Amino acid sequence: MSLQSNLASSTTQLRAYAPKTDLNVASPPSQRERVRPHTAASKRDLRTEPRPIRFLIVALALLFLTVFVVLPLVVVFASAFSRGISAYFAALSEPEALSAIQLTLLIAAISVSLNLIFGVIAAWAISKFDFAGKTFLITLIDLPFSVSPVISGLVFVLLFGAQGFFGTWLQAHNIHILFAVPGIALATIFVTFPFVARALIPLMQEQGTQEEEAAISLGASGLQTFFRVTLPNIKWGLLYGVLLCNARAMGEFGAVSVVSGHIRGQTNTMPLLVEILYNEYQFVASFAIASLLAMLALITLVVKTILERRLDEGQIVSDD
Amino acid sequence: MVRRILPLVAGLLWASSALAADYSLLNVSYDPTRELYVDFNKAFAAAYQKETGKTVEIKQSHGGSGSQARAVIDGLQADVVTLALAYDVDAVAAKGLIAPDWQKRLPQNAAPYTSTIVFLVRKGNPKGIKDWDDLIKPGVAVITPNPKTSGGARWNYLAAWGYAQKKFGSADKAKKFVADLYQNVPVLDTGARGSTVTFVERGVGDVLLAWENEAFLAQREFGKDKFEIVSPPLSILAEPPLAVVDAIADKKGTKAVAEAYLKYWYTREGQEIAARNSYRPRDPEIAKEYEKSFAKVELFTIDDVFGGWTKAQKEHFAEGGMFDQIYKN
Repeated sequence: MSLQSNLASSTTQLRAYAPKTDLNVASPPSQRERVRPHTAASKRDLRTEPRPIRFLIVALALLFLTVFVVLPLVVVFASAFSRGISAYFAALSEPEALSAIQLTLLIAAISVSLNLIFGVIAAWAISKFDFAGKTFLITLIDLPFSVSPVISGLVFVLLFGAQGFFGTWLQAHNIHILFAVPGIALATIFVTFPFVARALIPLMQEQGTQEEEAAISLGASGLQTFFRVTLPNIKWGLLYGVLLCNARAMGEFGAVSVVSGHIRGQTNTMPLLVEILYNEYQFVASFAIASLLAMLALITLVVKTILERRLDEGQIVSDD
Repeated sequence: MVRRILPLVAGLLWASSALAADYSLLNVSYDPTRELYVDFNKAFAAAYQKETGKTVEIKQSHGGSGSQARAVIDGLQADVVTLALAYDVDAVAAKGLIAPDWQKRLPQNAAPYTSTIVFLVRKGNPKGIKDWDDLIKPGVAVITPNPKTSGGARWNYLAAWGYAQKKFGSADKAKKFVADLYQNVPVLDTGARGSTVTFVERGVGDVLLAWENEAFLAQREFGKDKFEIVSPPLSILAEPPLAVVDAIADKKGTKAVAEAYLKYWYTREGQEIAARNSYRPRDPEIAKEYEKSFAKVELFTIDDVFGGWTKAQKEHFAEGGMFDQIYKN
């Protein structure tokens, strides 16, 4: 329940900045059913505020957005292109830049696909079954959100470092986890762990188990039920989780910085390279890489909006 | 759509299939040597290929000297370490990765290039900073990194201490002087490059205590019309040492090429690369050639004033040491 209300309140916060949004969309999925019949009334309620106050609130929101979101984005792109388009593309095709892009894509692919599998299984178990220790499992899933990324990285140093728990054994077998791709992947998986599960759990809890029960009573097997009933019901929520998971996986700095070893052209991801280039006074190159990450953020935002629409539509259809 | 993505994908695939060299070395180094090793690695690879016919590729990793040593201890597969101070190499050696006598294996304390600590001030030197005494004046903001994490910062600290000890002749007065100095420090960054960025780009502070090479680099990057280098009459001889990480190089079979790599520093070409990057060369001939590039500074060594790194580390930078006492007050 706390999960659900958390998610719900964060959704409302996000949407509070878009004053024109239909109230139907602005209300969190869990409350929609209750709100819907009164939509017209509550719309009028909101507009009872006097015009100047409404204007002031909107202006404040816009000002806030401009200063904290739009301006930094503009600076990133302006700095990236400050020496022209050719300098921009030259910076991106440097071997170190290509290697960082490549590594970031690889890490994102690994961590997103593993977290996808894990997230679906965890959400499915939590929302469709009752078992002892369920609350504990939910808390565990949330853990990476409450742990500082640096600590998340250090945990793996303590486990897999040469002086660490498995260090001697790994060294003896010549297996490199830390300061190599596996370590970076592990740290990224750890920090992006909750995204898919958290996107799915409230959705699946809300959907309940009736449809699955119906499928099984009609003779479907467990797997058939999952692929034909559960999965289609959660697909938009799933994509939403994957999207956020991917954004964080590509953008993670702290945890990855601890386990990367910063080997040039080998274990630097894009966020790490941004910092390195900046510290080497290569501002154009640094902001060129940063602009790729910013574009990722913009794309994420657009896809997220589309997915949220779909999610709401799907919801309404299934409600009816 | 596919056509637009194709060139990018091709570029990414190409990057992964870069030609493998006969040998691959990993050099784990400290912060300000990034530009130095770009030059040096290129020159060494060419020289090595010419001499042996084998190709060698050198990968770099840079960061604060202390944390880099820690990474090697934790398993970063460094063939060579080129750190800011002997203590950090000792820390790796203490774990059995480097032979204990490493500092005797190469000439001149295994430090083929040296540097010193100078002051970088803003154009026109508005606060009139000429010597160490000027740093403790009220209203002078001094930028230096945290000696707990940064090798350069430890050299800064020891240079100030050494100056005060020589001037006032007592450890108590030196402690008072250094305490006053750190009263004037508004922010402690974790590494030398971080401090440079704070001073140069963010415009914080009146004077940056910096490696001489770092000060020259900042001046080259941002122009002499923005910053001036002030060399105090007395400073410390900073000796950043090199060592082959025996345990790792032996395992990877790269020991011979790693040793050749470090020895290349002692050739004419190596010394010239150091000098061109504003590190003071050891070779007297090259030093003479580049005499004009470096200010005449009377230099004392850490052995002279502090009795070596192990002792200095224990007395000044260990938990509860001088620095902790000074910085808490």
